[in-house]
Amino acid sequence: MSFVNVIVQGVLLGGLYALFAAGLSLIFGVMRLVNIAHGDLIVVAAYFAYFTMQALGVGPFTSLIAVVPAIAVIGYILQRSLLNFALGEDLPPLLVTFGLSIIIQNVLLILFTHDNRKLYAGPIEMASWKFTPDLAVGVLPVIQFVVAVLIIGGLQLLFYRTTLGRAFRATSDDPAIAQLMGIENRHIFALAMALSLAVVAVAGVFIAVRTTFNPFYGPQLLIFGFEAVIMGGLGSLWGTLAGGILLGLAQALGGQINVGLPFTAGHVVFLLVLFVRPQGLFPKVSM
Amino acid sequence: MALLEVNSLTACYGDFQALYGVSMSVDAGQAVAVIGANGAGKSTLLKAIVGMHPAEPDMIHFEGEAIGGMRPPKIVARGVTMVPEGRRLFSSLTVEENLRIGGQLGRRGPWSLQRIFELFPMLAERRSQRSMSLSGGQQQMVAIGRALMSNPRLLLCDEISLGLAPIVVRDIFQRLPTVVAEGTAVVVVEQDVMQALAASNYLYCLQEGRVLLKGESRNLDRAAIKAAYFGV
Repeated sequence: MSFVNVIVQGVLLGGLYALFAAGLSLIFGVMRLVNIAHGDLIVVAAYFAYFTMQALGVGPFTSLIAVVPAIAVIGYILQRSLLNFALGEDLPPLLVTFGLSIIIQNVLLILFTHDNRKLYAGPIEMASWKFTPDLAVGVLPVIQFVVAVLIIGGLQLLFYRTTLGRAFRATSDDPAIAQLMGIENRHIFALAMALSLAVVAVAGVFIAVRTTFNPFYGPQLLIFGFEAVIMGGLGSLWGTLAGGILLGLAQALGGQINVGLPFTAGHVVFLLVLFVRPQGLFPKVSM
Repeated sequence: MALLEVNSLTACYGDFQALYGVSMSVDAGQAVAVIGANGAGKSTLLKAIVGMHPAEPDMIHFEGEAIGGMRPPKIVARGVTMVPEGRRLFSSLTVEENLRIGGQLGRRGPWSLQRIFELFPMLAERRSQRSMSLSGGQQQMVAIGRALMSNPRLLLCDEISLGLAPIVVRDIFQRLPTVVAEGTAVVVVEQDVMQALAASNYLYCLQEGRVLLKGESRNLDRAAIKAAYFGV
């Protein structure tokens, strides 16, 4: 496999990590909530897609029509009924979402067993464009990357061009004063969580087409999301995309050196970035 | 019927009681000043009125309706808003965005972006700047404009002179009569007694959570104000 090929695969994979990260970054930005259950909610989206596909006999991408709104509604309810009460200090949201993570994993285990599952997308999984004898680019990774860029661009527009985005930014700046603008924080926080999980549902379906998943797959996805957010710099969506791409690249190159190395290589690059540029590549939020 | 009626309002922060049965009333189109030293309970009074501090329903009536303890968005929607102490602009929003977000509830009335820029012309040319790049006085103008954009019937101003040069303070206070003339009642909380007297037609003096003195601003005896303010 050529060097160029590895780079291309890494970049394309990075789009997916950027989506995990964008969801995390969005809720941290709006309500300073670090969602430890983020990865598990990605896995919930994947299971949801799995059973939607079975029930309706559709492909994984068609299932998104049902999965995205359903997960968004779950996010809204979760925020209004539980997470809103944990906000305010640093520790309670961490503890509550950590607990939630464990509960989700075990409920999934009881319902669906430890079996590895995968979403099958059909022939498109194998399809690729062959540019040179050495360079073949999979159709699916390209679609996944384009979707990631479109979603991140869409979030950017939403944040800076719409009334809802303005309310998100104002609430992030000063939640108490935002209420004086007629903004109901509880509702805005719940909308942010719904949006975050809608993004995550798309990412969850893509990752479950790419690789197998089981009830305990969430924490690993959470780590990828965290690494991409922190490398990109908090509060910057395009930075998050850059962080995701860097992580994807590191993993792809690590995998070239040794088959067992991709994740370690990702972590090492993450630590290097943290060491050289602790504020991330494109920081926007001052902590 | 008074526009705002505060009846025996009490307020606590944990074990510390900030207000001991404060009563006040504000009529439509009136300019009322609340003065008092640090810790007299002035800010707490305003916060309770806009719902940012807990209160019993009957302690606060607005246009005859008990609004005590309602959530701030509900109270703002009814036509009460506040210019908070320290301005508290949204730092990631531009000047124009800060103003527009103040008007997003869509209450009808005299105030629009256009009118705010007429009231504070220097904001118009800085409309696309980040709010935090402005001087303190200009930020205060944005904070007042942001509050006016909701077309309130009652505007509460918490220490708008805080940290500003006297000349800037005078400049800002000069615009208040324009606001009152549009039919908006104004309550200014101030430590600057002279400014408060000049800007109001009725005055309350708070000390340690109680109303010690009240009366028409022009009739109040300076010595009595001094005594009520300092508690001597």
